[in-house]
Amino acid sequence: MTAQLPILQVIVPLLAAPICAVLRHGRAATWLAVLASWSALAIAVVLLGQVMAGGVVSYHIGDWVPPIGIEYRVDIVNAWVLVIVASIGAVVAPYSVTSVEHEIASRRIPLFYAAYLLCLSGLLGITITGDMFNVFVFLEISSLSAYALISLGRPRRALTAAYRYLIMGSVGATFIVIGIGLLYVMTGSLNMADLAELLPGVWDSRTVKVAYGFLGVGVCLKLALFPLHLWLPNAYAFAPSPVTAFMASTATKVAVYMLLRFFLSIFGAAFSFDVMALDRVLLPLALVAVVSMSLVAIFQVDVKRLLAYSSVAQIGYMILGLSFASVTGLTATLLHLFNHALMKGALFMALGCVVYRIGSVHIDAMAGLGKRMPWTMAAFVVGGLSLVGVPLTVGFISKWYLILGALEKGGPWIAVAVLVLVTSVMALVYVWRVVEAAYLREFSGDEATREAPLSLLAPTWILVAANLYFGIDAVRTAGVARQAAEVLMAGIGS
Amino acid sequence: MREEIIVRVGAKILTPFIIMFALYVHFHGDYSPGGGFQAGVILTAAFALLALVYGLAAVQRVLPPWFTRLCAALGVVIYGGVGVVTMMLGHNYLGYNALAQDPKYGQHYGILLVELGVLVTVFGVMASVFYLFAGRGRRES
Repeated sequence: MTAQLPILQVIVPLLAAPICAVLRHGRAATWLAVLASWSALAIAVVLLGQVMAGGVVSYHIGDWVPPIGIEYRVDIVNAWVLVIVASIGAVVAPYSVTSVEHEIASRRIPLFYAAYLLCLSGLLGITITGDMFNVFVFLEISSLSAYALISLGRPRRALTAAYRYLIMGSVGATFIVIGIGLLYVMTGSLNMADLAELLPGVWDSRTVKVAYGFLGVGVCLKLALFPLHLWLPNAYAFAPSPVTAFMASTATKVAVYMLLRFFLSIFGAAFSFDVMALDRVLLPLALVAVVSMSLVAIFQVDVKRLLAYSSVAQIGYMILGLSFASVTGLTATLLHLFNHALMKGALFMALGCVVYRIGSVHIDAMAGLGKRMPWTMAAFVVGGLSLVGVPLTVGFISKWYLILGALEKGGPWIAVAVLVLVTSVMALVYVWRVVEAAYLREFSGDEATREAPLSLLAPTWILVAANLYFGIDAVRTAGVARQAAEVLMAGIGS
Repeated sequence: MREEIIVRVGAKILTPFIIMFALYVHFHGDYSPGGGFQAGVILTAAFALLALVYGLAAVQRVLPPWFTRLCAALGVVIYGGVGVVTMMLGHNYLGYNALAQDPKYGQHYGILLVELGVLVTVFGVMASVFYLFAGRGRRES
């Protein structure tokens, strides 16, 4: 049965979704979703083990041999991303049990879980597949279900936020499919490994360069790189809490993975950096994203929206690592994929606890909450410290590798290292604003406000503990990230 | 249109042929243009025609909304289920060769079953969408 694991990774949540949709009983759907997302995590962990031990795992769907048939191909890079997505999915599913009952009408709960599982399987599918068109299909599965999930948010503005994301996301997906189409015209193949072999022969053609541009813009829309991020803050701010936690920790990460896979594995690192000057295009965008979005985050009064802007800034760090065009820089990117998923997951889940008790995440409404909800706010503080990059948290590890990568390049790159430190201070400012409100101001809300229930706190604290654990013992995560970075940068000197 | 006898009788006569044509498009899909997707849309068209002529309530007695929603989910399970069955039989996911002794028949049965799943889902989704649009503003008033 272990040979079937790559396909089970996708179809377990994919087939659980329609079953959830027809279940009348909300509880049954809930537990099916929890079970499916836990099995997805178990499969992802076993797959990572297989890849670490024996190299690339290849699976032929319908027994058709690639490049004709669809191939699922797991190497160290996507095994790593699969573990990230599946573990967040496995933590958010039990968290949503209580949270969803509070935030979503009961007749919609089975449909919520159907959409949740579809989104999960779509993201896992994008990550695991070795076929370009299959990427597009799974992208649509995950995006469409994400629009539905966001529109379930209680504020009516969730609908317009979801609609805006729908328009922007569809533009992105269309660009991606145009890019895939152009590549197919030039090579006659959709298989990624096959494309990687065929493309060097047609590097000079303008069609391939145009395809490169279309894929780049499409994927950057999906990952909310600075000028293309406008859909993200509202979508995150108005979605139901578990959806925000899930999307913030997985969807943009998978988009970053797509970027790495398309540009470094398929087109090849040499083509991207030497011919297309990808690093010089991405570097200014990443820097502007980090600085401007951190600045905007400082002035937000809705804490969910504050964290959403911070997410755009953090995506800037990931792209910054890529724009170093070095193994160390890419290691920082891949580490930050995992680490940012942990910290944003923990922070948004802590905010979900706040919504559950006081119904608002406005910074004034959270005044004095530190005494009323000590565990929730403690989780927020640890997550916030991790976001800033304080030692002993995962945020520190990411920033460490990022600065290391900048110093390695020397010269004017030292300025980039300084900028990373400066923006960390900016992160400290916006996290401090929330901490100041929660701990130093007087509580003025309902006297009956108590700590959030254990069913919400336990998953939140699992992520908080992971923030600390992987911040102290980063040997394993950094090792995997470095191995993955070396695979992606193959063919170019570090 | 409830009083137009020609339209009423015409719709009644046409309906079975439309349904028949949907099934033809499905089962003949591997020899001619067509397949589950087109068949599902045509099948919905039969019920949409009835709804236009006889009213939404009459059609929903035959084809209740819960059933169309069930169909939407069921089709996905049929499609995925075929893959699971081939896996149980020792082949890869959607390896249709597992379905018969002769791989030629296996592929034939496999694609028909999978397309049946597509038909059921497309029918369910299209009919649900039609009901949603046709029923808009009625439940509230």
